[in-house]
Amino acid sequence: MSGNGASSSSLNMISGEDVVNNNLTALVVDDSPLLRLLHDIHLKKYGLKVQVAENGKVAVDLFHLGASFDLVLMDKEMPVMNGVEATKELRAMGVTSLIVGVTSKDGPGEQQAFMEAGLDYCFEKPLTPEIISFLLEELNKHNNKD
Amino acid sequence: MESKHVHQQIAAMRQSFFDEEVLDEFFSQLEQLEDQNNPNFVEEVFTMYFRDSTTLLETVEQAMKTISITLAKLDKILHQLKGSSASVGAKKVLNEINKTRQVLEKGNLEGTKAGIWEMRKEYESLKAKLEPYFQV
Repeated sequence: MSGNGASSSSLNMISGEDVVNNNLTALVVDDSPLLRLLHDIHLKKYGLKVQVAENGKVAVDLFHLGASFDLVLMDKEMPVMNGVEATKELRAMGVTSLIVGVTSKDGPGEQQAFMEAGLDYCFEKPLTPEIISFLLEELNKHNNKD
Repeated sequence: MESKHVHQQIAAMRQSFFDEEVLDEFFSQLEQLEDQNNPNFVEEVFTMYFRDSTTLLETVEQAMKTISITLAKLDKILHQLKGSSASVGAKKVLNEINKTRQVLEKGNLEGTKAGIWEMRKEYESLKAKLEPYFQV
């Protein structure tokens, strides 16, 4: 796992009930219908409103149309526009959402390139309840700062 | 009485999946996502997984028969299979995918063919075990 100084041992594990929040929105960007379904249901279980996109271009287009999301789960390998390109575009547009990369286990160099595109965190698939709890905690902190 | 017997049967089948290491903890996480809003979630996920994986496996097997196969293309398909197998907890299938990718990385096509055969074997075994489980 990569992130802003976060490590698996420093994740603050809190129960899902503590972070159920009906005001948070999420965008799941993945070319796999199975992964979109899994992450969709997972996030909805925590009370988030979720939209899905099948590739990076669809995600970028949503933001161009004025959509905004608190959390973006971004797959790396996708057709049309991959996660690295999409993340760079979103950051270039000024998007400040929490963008979290979700990858199959790649070499450290590949995750590094993804992080450098502008991710806040990068995790291996599949996301676990602990990781989602951690991300929601980060979102709540992020929103409380604004 | 009969209902109790069916429940016991389901529980025993489920336990055997973990004992035989066919499935891992991610399967349990899928079960936790099932609720009254999504009562058949696990079955839905596995229906999707089996549908997509069957297509991917066939693509891989077909690609191995062509002369102009590119290792990168093959790895891309295996990468997809890996992501979905990991997400549903298909442990043995995932192990074979990882082994095959390692062999493929070394450019060993014959080894890769053998690996794909093992993958297919574990995949069919998983399917054979889970389909009756969802029907009970």
